Amino acid sequence: MHELSIAQSLLDIIAQQAQIYGAKRVTRVNLRIGALSGVVKEALCFAFEVLSKGHVAEGATLEIEEVPVRIRCERCGIFEGIPFLVCPDCGEIAELLSGRELEIYSMEIEDGSEGSEGYS
Amino acid sequence: MEVKVVKDILEANEVIAEENRRLFKEKGLYVLNLMGAPGTGKTTLLERTIERIKDRWKVGVIEGDIATSRDAERIAQYGVSVVQINTGGACHLDGNMVRMGLRELPLEGLRVLIVENVGNLVCPAEFNIGEDDKVMILSVTEGEDKPLKYPLMFQVSRLLLLNKIDLLPYVDFNLDRFREFALKVNPHLEIIPISCKTGEGLEEWIKWLENRLKETR
Repeated sequence: MHELSIAQSLLDIIAQQAQIYGAKRVTRVNLRIGALSGVVKEALCFAFEVLSKGHVAEGATLEIEEVPVRIRCERCGIFEGIPFLVCPDCGEIAELLSGRELEIYSMEIEDGSEGSEGYS
Repeated sequence: MEVKVVKDILEANEVIAEENRRLFKEKGLYVLNLMGAPGTGKTTLLERTIERIKDRWKVGVIEGDIATSRDAERIAQYGVSVVQINTGGACHLDGNMVRMGLRELPLEGLRVLIVENVGNLVCPAEFNIGEDDKVMILSVTEGEDKPLKYPLMFQVSRLLLLNKIDLLPYVDFNLDRFREFALKVNPHLEIIPISCKTGEGLEEWIKWLENRLKETR
C-alpha cells in the first residue's frame, strides 16, 4: 500500500526534473526497486497511472528493474536472493550490497523543440 | 531524449525527517518509532510503558491510525499529551505527517516522544520520521517465520519486543527458531520477550529505554 506514497514522491521528482530539462512530456521512467523494499510492481504501476493524470508524465511507461538482495561475506563471497545479513555458509555478519533501492535513474523526455511545436 | 536523474524516490521524506530530527535534538527529545502489525499490542505496550515512566519523564505520544481516535483516547487517560494523526488510508506515517502532528503537540519540557505507527509490518519500515530508534513489536501468535517474510522491518529496527509470551504454551511458536531467523535477517537486533498481560519482561524493556535515554542525551 505504500506504493501510493512512492508514486506520488516519484511524480514530484519527475515534475521537478521535467522543468529543469524543459520537457513537454515524459514518456518513459526508469526505476530500480530493491527486493527488500516490499514494493509490489503492479501496485506501483497502477498508483502511477492513477496519480499521473494531467501530469507531465501522464501515459508514461514505468520501466522497473528489480534488484535482488545481494550480500558479501568477507570470507565466503557474494550471495544473492536471500534476505539475510549474515553469511549463509559461515554465519559471519555480511555486508548488504543491494536490495534496498528505491530510485529513479533516468527518464525519456520530449522537449519543447522536438515535441509538438515541430509539427505545427 | 533520455536524461539521467539518479535520485532516491523517498528523498523528499528524508529531508523532512532530517528537519524533524533537528527539532527533536534542539528540544532534547528522545523519539521512538513504534511499529508492528495490527493487534500485536502496540497501544497496550504504550499504556504499560507510560504507567511505568510518566513520573520520571514527561512523555508525549503521537498516534497514527488510518481512522478513528480510539487509541488516542486510551492514551489520554494516562494524563500524557497525545495527538492523533489519521492518515486517511495511508498505511504508514511519514516525516510530513509527523511534522503536522507536532504542531498540535506542546514539545516544551517533553523528554520522550513515542510515535505509534500505523499497524502494518511492511510500509512503515521504509519511511523515516526523524526518530532516534525504531522499535518493533511482534506477538507470538503471528508466527516465528515473520522475519523471513518481512525482513525489512526487522532490519531497520534496533529492538524487537516479542509480545504475548504468556501464550507460548498454546501456540506453535519456537522461540529458538524465531531468534535464529530474526538474527539472520538482522544480526544487530536486540530482542526482549515480554507479556503486556502478565508484565513479564517489561522491566527489562524499561531498562532498555532508560539506557537509550542516557546514550542519546
